[in-house]
Amino acid sequence: MESNNLDPILEGRRSQPHQLIEVLQDIQEQHGYISEESMVTVSKELGMPLMEVYSVASFYKAFSLKPRGKNVITICTGTACHVRGAKLNLNQATGQLGVTPGEVTDDGLFTIENVNCLGACALAPVVTENGSCHNHMTPSKLRKLIRSLQKRGTEDISNG
Amino acid sequence: MAKVNTLKKLEALRNKILNNREKYRATIVICGGTGCQASRSGDVISEIKKELDNHGLNGSVCLRTTGCHGFCEQGPLMVIEPDNLFYCHVSPRDVSEIVSKTILNNEIVERLLYTDPVTGKLIKTESDIPFYRAQDRHILAQNRQVDPCSIEDYIAIGGYAALGKTLFEISPESVVQEIKDSGLRGRGGGGFPTGRKWDECRKAPGDEKYVICNADEGDPGAYMDRCVLEGNPHLVLEGMMIGAWAIGAGQGYVYVRNEYPLAVEHIRVAVKQARELGLLGDNILGSSFSFDVEIARGGGAFVCGESTALMASLEGKVGEPRPKDVHTVVDGLWHKPTTLNNVETWANVPAIIQNGSSKFAAKGSKGSKGTKILALTGCVKNTGLIEVGMGTPIRTVVFDIGGGVSNGKPIKAVQTGGPSGGCLPVHKFDLPVDFDALYDAGSMVGSGGMVVMDENTCMVDVAKYFLTFLQDESCGKCLPCRVGVDRMLEIITDITEGRGNFEQISLLEELGDTISQTALCGLGKTAANPVISTLRYFREEYETHIEDKKCPAGVCQELITYAIDPESCTCCGVCKNACPHDAITGKKKQIHAIDLDLCQKCGICMTTCKFDAIIVN
Repeated sequence: MESNNLDPILEGRRSQPHQLIEVLQDIQEQHGYISEESMVTVSKELGMPLMEVYSVASFYKAFSLKPRGKNVITICTGTACHVRGAKLNLNQATGQLGVTPGEVTDDGLFTIENVNCLGACALAPVVTENGSCHNHMTPSKLRKLIRSLQKRGTEDISNG
Repeated sequence: MAKVNTLKKLEALRNKILNNREKYRATIVICGGTGCQASRSGDVISEIKKELDNHGLNGSVCLRTTGCHGFCEQGPLMVIEPDNLFYCHVSPRDVSEIVSKTILNNEIVERLLYTDPVTGKLIKTESDIPFYRAQDRHILAQNRQVDPCSIEDYIAIGGYAALGKTLFEISPESVVQEIKDSGLRGRGGGGFPTGRKWDECRKAPGDEKYVICNADEGDPGAYMDRCVLEGNPHLVLEGMMIGAWAIGAGQGYVYVRNEYPLAVEHIRVAVKQARELGLLGDNILGSSFSFDVEIARGGGAFVCGESTALMASLEGKVGEPRPKDVHTVVDGLWHKPTTLNNVETWANVPAIIQNGSSKFAAKGSKGSKGTKILALTGCVKNTGLIEVGMGTPIRTVVFDIGGGVSNGKPIKAVQTGGPSGGCLPVHKFDLPVDFDALYDAGSMVGSGGMVVMDENTCMVDVAKYFLTFLQDESCGKCLPCRVGVDRMLEIITDITEGRGNFEQISLLEELGDTISQTALCGLGKTAANPVISTLRYFREEYETHIEDKKCPAGVCQELITYAIDPESCTCCGVCKNACPHDAITGKKKQIHAIDLDLCQKCGICMTTCKFDAIIVN
C-alpha cells in the first residue's frame, strides 16, 4: 500500500501519537485490515516507534492484521445471545463453511467472527452480515443466509 | 445557525421551536434505535415519508425518528401523538393504513395494538402496558421525546436549561455539594459516590483538568449506555458540561465502543450541533466557561472499561490498567486530574441540578438513590431496556416487567453485573436492585445487565462462559488475572468434560479468593465472581457434573450424546439436511439415525426437528 492511500486518514493527525487508535480505526474501516506497510507509514507519520504501532494494532480486537473475507459474518456471543443459543449459530457457520472464527474460507468469500456483545441483547441471538443486523437468528436461517451469499459470490465470479 | 450566547437567546430559541410546532396536528414517533433498526424500522420510516408526501401532510404531521423506547422485543415501535397511541411490530405494509385511518380519520388499527398476554385485551397506550406501567422512567422517557440528531428537540423539552442555571446561579462548589446531597453513585459498575469523585478532582492541584464519558460498554448482556448515548446524546453532553464547570475542566472526551456505530454517529452529530450553537466552545452562553468535547472510538477491548486502561487508550496506547495508589482524580489522563463517569451517571446530572438533589434522593433505597436502567434479557417474555427506582425487588423486574418465563421452562437464576457479577437463584429474587444488597449476596448491580436463565441453562457452563470471556479479554499485565483465570478455566473445563474431582471445587474457591485479593484492576479483582457465586448457589450442579458425569441441563457437550427417538421420528429428512457435519443418515421413509463418530454435538438437529424426535442422553 502506498503512503498516498493513507493521506486522507492522516490529514490533521500527523505527529500526534495519541491519534493512533483513531487512525487505525479508519484504516481498518476503509481497507478491511491493517497491513504491515500501513503500520510502517503510520509509525513514520505519527512519529512513533513501529513497535508501538504494532503493539496497539495487535492488542485491540477491532483491528485485523490479515485481510478478511469478502463477506464478514459476525456472531454475537454475548451473555444474552449465549443463553438463547448463540453457540448453535456459531456451530452452523463454522460447520457449514469449514473454518474456525477469524479464518478466511479458501474461496476468499467468508470470514466468520464472534463478538462479545453488539448491544441488541433483547433480540438475541443476533448475527450481523457485513454490518447489517439480523435478529432472532437460528441455524436454519443462517444456513440460508450463507447459501444466498455463496450464490451471489459465485455469480459475481462467473460474471467476471 | 445564529449562536446562542445568552440565556435569553436560549429561552427565545426554545419558544420559537415550540411555536413552530403548533402547526402540527399529529406527530408520528418511530423508534430508530439499533434494536428496531434490526427489525427493519428504516423501511417503515421511508414508507412513512413517502405516504405523508402522497397525502400532502408534510406541513401538518411531524415525523420524529427517535432512539430506543425499551420494548425492543415488540419492534418496530410507533407512537402517535397527541393521543400517544402505541403500535408494535409495524411493517412497511401497515404504513398506508396508519396514515389513512389513524392520522386522517382518528381510527385505530387494532391489529397493531399490543395485546396483554395475560388478559388478552388490546392496549392502546404505552402507559397502560404492564411492561411500562411497572417502571419508573426518567432518563429513558426522554428518548421518545427527542430525535437524537436534533438539538432543537432537546432544547424544546427544556434541554440545556440546567446548564444555564449552573453557569449563572450556582457556584462550582455548590454544584459538587448538590451532587453529593443527591446520593448519586456511579452507574458503570463501581457504584462510587459521584459527588465525592467530583469534589476530589475539583480540589486536586492543577489548572488543566479533564472530564471523560465512559461509553465503552463491554459487558456482554448490557446495552443501556448505547441506548442513552444513541437516543439522547445532548443529555449526556449537558451532564458533562455541568461536571466540567464544577471541577474546572476545559476539555472532555467521550470514549465510545466502535461496535455501536449509531451511538458514535449520534454523539458526533450532537457535538457538531452544540458547537454550531455555541453551546460548546468559548464563553458558553456568555459566561466565563469554555469547554469542548472530542469523540474517541474504542478498539474493542473489555479492559478499556476500567478507568486507567481507558485513559491509556485515549492517549493512543495499549489499554492496560495501572495501579491506582494515586487516584485518577489527581493523576489521570496525561497525568492531569480527571473525572471519569459512565454515560448513565452523566445523564442523571442535568435533572439533579434542575429539580434539586432532594427530588432525586427521594427515590431509591437507603444507600442507592434515584433510578437505574437495566437491560432485561434472556429467558423472559418481555426483553428490553427498563428503568426502575433503585431498591425495586428483582422479582418485580423479572416477573412484573419481564412477564415471567418465555418458553414454559421454569426460571432458575438471574445473572446480574456481567462478567464481574454473579448468578442469583430464584429464592433470592426478593433482593432489591441496590448496590450494597446485591454485593452482599455475592453479585453486583454492575452496569445493569440482567440475564434471566431457565432450566435449559447449565450454571457450570455459564461460569465457563464468563471465564472464557475473561481469559480472552484479560490484558495480561498482572499475573493473578492472566494465569489465575486461565487455571480456573482449565479446572472448569475438566469438570464440564467429565474429568473433574471434588478437590477441584476447593481449589477453585482458593484461586478465586487469591485473584480477588491480588489482581491489579477492578475487572481482575471481580473475575472470579461468576464462579464463586455459582458455587455458592448451584453447588449441586457442579457435584452432578463431577460425580455422575452428567449435565442436568443437557448443555455440556462432552457429557451428552444425541440420539433419534424412533417412535417420534417421521423420516422427514429436515435434520439430515440441517446437519452441517453430515452425521445423520437415513433414506426417505426410513427412521433416521445419528452417526456418533461424525456427530460434533452442535445441537442444530435438535432445534430443527419439529417433532421433538432428537433426544439428549
